[in-house]
Amino acid sequence: MATKTEDYLGITDYKVIGTRPIRHDGVDKVIGRAKYGADIDMAGMLHGAVVRSPHAHARIKSIDTSKAEALAGVKAVITVEDLPLQEDKIEDLGEGAANLQHLRANVLADGKVLYHGHAVAAVAATDIHTAQEAADLIDVEYEVLQPVLTVQEAMKEDAPLLLENQTTESLGEDTGQKSNVCTHFRHELGDVEKGFAEAELVIEREFDTATVHQGYIEPQNATALWSADDQITVWCSTQGAFTVREQTAQILDVPVSQVKVVPMEIGGGFGGKIRIYLEPLAAVLSKKTGRPVKMVMSRTEVLQATGPTAGSFIKCKMGVDKAGKIVAAYAYMAYESGGFPGSWAAPGAMCIFAPYNIPNVLIDGYEVLVNKPQTMAYRAPGATNAAFASETIIDEICEQLDVDPLEFRLKNSAREGTRRADGPVYPRIGNEECVKTALSSEHYATQLNGKNRGRGIASGFWFNVGLKSSAAASVNSDGTVSLVEGSTDIGGTRTSIAMQLAEVLGIRAEDVKPQVVDTDSIGDTDVTGGSRTTFATGWAAYQCALDIKEQLIERAAKLWEISTDDVVFDNGTFSSSDSSKTLSFKELAGMLDETGGPVMGRATVNPSGVGGAFAVMIADIEVDTETGKVEILRVSVIQDAGKAVYPSYVEGQMQGGIAQGIGWALNEEYAYNRDGLLTNASLLDYRMPTCLDLPMIETHIVEVPNPGHPYGVRGVGEVPIVPPAAAIANAIYDAVGVRMTNLPMSPGEVLKALWAKNGENGTA
Amino acid sequence: MPGKVHVTTTINGESVEFLCEPRQTILEVLRDQLDLTGTKEGCSNGNCGACSILVDGNVIDSCLMMGVEAEGQEITTIEGVASADGLHPLQQKFLEHAALQCGICTPGFIVAAKALLDQESDPSEERIRLYLAGNLCRCTGYDKIVRAVQDAASEMAE
Repeated sequence: MATKTEDYLGITDYKVIGTRPIRHDGVDKVIGRAKYGADIDMAGMLHGAVVRSPHAHARIKSIDTSKAEALAGVKAVITVEDLPLQEDKIEDLGEGAANLQHLRANVLADGKVLYHGHAVAAVAATDIHTAQEAADLIDVEYEVLQPVLTVQEAMKEDAPLLLENQTTESLGEDTGQKSNVCTHFRHELGDVEKGFAEAELVIEREFDTATVHQGYIEPQNATALWSADDQITVWCSTQGAFTVREQTAQILDVPVSQVKVVPMEIGGGFGGKIRIYLEPLAAVLSKKTGRPVKMVMSRTEVLQATGPTAGSFIKCKMGVDKAGKIVAAYAYMAYESGGFPGSWAAPGAMCIFAPYNIPNVLIDGYEVLVNKPQTMAYRAPGATNAAFASETIIDEICEQLDVDPLEFRLKNSAREGTRRADGPVYPRIGNEECVKTALSSEHYATQLNGKNRGRGIASGFWFNVGLKSSAAASVNSDGTVSLVEGSTDIGGTRTSIAMQLAEVLGIRAEDVKPQVVDTDSIGDTDVTGGSRTTFATGWAAYQCALDIKEQLIERAAKLWEISTDDVVFDNGTFSSSDSSKTLSFKELAGMLDETGGPVMGRATVNPSGVGGAFAVMIADIEVDTETGKVEILRVSVIQDAGKAVYPSYVEGQMQGGIAQGIGWALNEEYAYNRDGLLTNASLLDYRMPTCLDLPMIETHIVEVPNPGHPYGVRGVGEVPIVPPAAAIANAIYDAVGVRMTNLPMSPGEVLKALWAKNGENGTA
Repeated sequence: MPGKVHVTTTINGESVEFLCEPRQTILEVLRDQLDLTGTKEGCSNGNCGACSILVDGNVIDSCLMMGVEAEGQEITTIEGVASADGLHPLQQKFLEHAALQCGICTPGFIVAAKALLDQESDPSEERIRLYLAGNLCRCTGYDKIVRAVQDAASEMAE
């Protein structure tokens, strides 16, 4: 993470950055005109439906599609046999990776189903109702196997194996040992045994967190047209058009150039819309029928079969010395990967002790197969589970030492030069500033009074990513600039990117016309994920603007018959160095034809100077001791944005992350029965926060510039989901004196803890 | 499958006729037959509110109403909220307050909030939160949505 060079420009008088323009795609989205994937309609379009496994773990003995094929209106039926075979090869998805054999077996089961809802076959018919009827007519014969539903069960030596050929890779080497444990990794810093020996106080606990879903409101969808000339077009809802192109081309075994992915507006993703599910099915059904095929998941399918994020079992232990300094920390982190390998223990391990300067650390991480859908990223994937463990332990240490939890965090804070257990040495970071801002906040200064009320604090970290981005921009004769880029806009990034271009050229945000375009229309751009879009695609837009600026300086030099060295560009105006001649950006834009023709800027970037983000949450809650229900009274979130390019939407990310974190903390969980069947696959039973469950969410943006970005930008999207679970657990302890170590802290769990402490008829 | 049913209804102030199968919801009819795709489908079982429409002024999850039930009703969808004069104050305030991120729940929220403000000129924060509790948003944490509705109410009262 350390940056080689200072890229930060140190600008202090921004004109566009830091302002709050109306987002460019706003009007279309408030009047219902914005086109999302499910809004597509085409002449001759067929509708697809998927047959899904009613079992959590079973061998497929036979699939009989004859009755479905005989139904009037049915045009095609496919199974995994219709997908080309794949090599045992890992494909990078931008956020996460996929083994192509596993990806193929996930989109259509190959011999075995590994979770309730696993896709087995797909149908295309003239309308959706006929397609669904046909799906019901497909007879699949199963040999039902014993499901494995928790990491603890799955790690037992005699546990049923999900993938017969899966062996454990331990510390980078294949052990050859067949197991549900896919990976064991370790991070070591200093001497953890010596550290614990020096500790005055050691706290150790075990934590269990449930599987949770990203919960985007728009279900997955894909429409594909396999044309007679073998050109394949896919319209879909995705965080990354290029990764969908890559995955789809691989699964269909065609060159990437044969696939064009058109990213439609996306109705939320949070990490869940990176892996493909429907795209290759729609494409193959289209090939078989010669017609476009549209597929849209139901909510039940979304919950049963798309990537939830990992449930986990974590053991965490921390020790402090007499001076109140953390001297040692240990974590055992076992995360679910679902039915196929690839999980979130690794990023979790990068975050678990990240806000602190700890000399001796040992972290063991395990990624474990269980009979649940293959897990996917969810906003700072792995970090919320991790912080729930470590930040609860920190709170207990503070309680035992009788010290203020924020003062303790300040005293032990990581800062520039601190080495994290997984290796990186921090460049300039803003953790201390966040803690100090929390300490001096009006919220923290206001005493919380009342019975069964409590306040909790927690910190969080997310490292953020950089990755590839491309942008191109053309100058219009009226002085505006049309910008094309490849980052699907999930929350205002067209504008946060456009603002970085506008800042360079001295024009208004409104004078940039940003567009998100398809994979044939712009250079490769990685996913909208890892909190990278404003950072990296914004940087591409900045470079694009520099390119335009250089070309316009040449035009001015030509017009004025002077050297380019004698042209000065400042605040939207070109002038000769002797100030005798000036042209505004708009005036010069109107003279392009006579000075040599159109001007376009272009840039591709893959920036390395990623700035990690820290956040602190203050949560005030009240516990109803009769029902165990936790009410959120007041919350504040303090976060380092580096530089908030588009503050309204930085606040929006902070508030949204906190709200999701509160849902994770209190209500959300995948409820599987003993047979491994998901019993709450609806938004009534998978209970996400409504506006009645939440108060206003107070935001404090801290700005400690990231040295690795021209404007000091850090990613902001993910880190706010990290502290809430721990902050609320700590607040519950403060309120009623019980330490909650399982997520969610639902009313039943809180009541159980209260009864354990006070007895069922206790006076809690 | 029984034959299609002829339905006459009013949508966004205009008389509309359509044929639909008895098993089709009004959501499906709006989106797939009448090209009114501003009304969104999030769950199809009445839990998310993305498909909110107004039927005779009441907020309805259109995924729970059959197409044939539209006979003789007066329906408003998101496409009918703005007028030729411009955006509805709610739409303007959603933009100004950054009350949308991905935007998929936005039509439903605006339609539901319109029903509230059509009935009550000065709802409290608590009242707004109660009224909109049938609409799920996963992006915003609701803060900016509630503020946008409050601000729209003040502006409409002026």
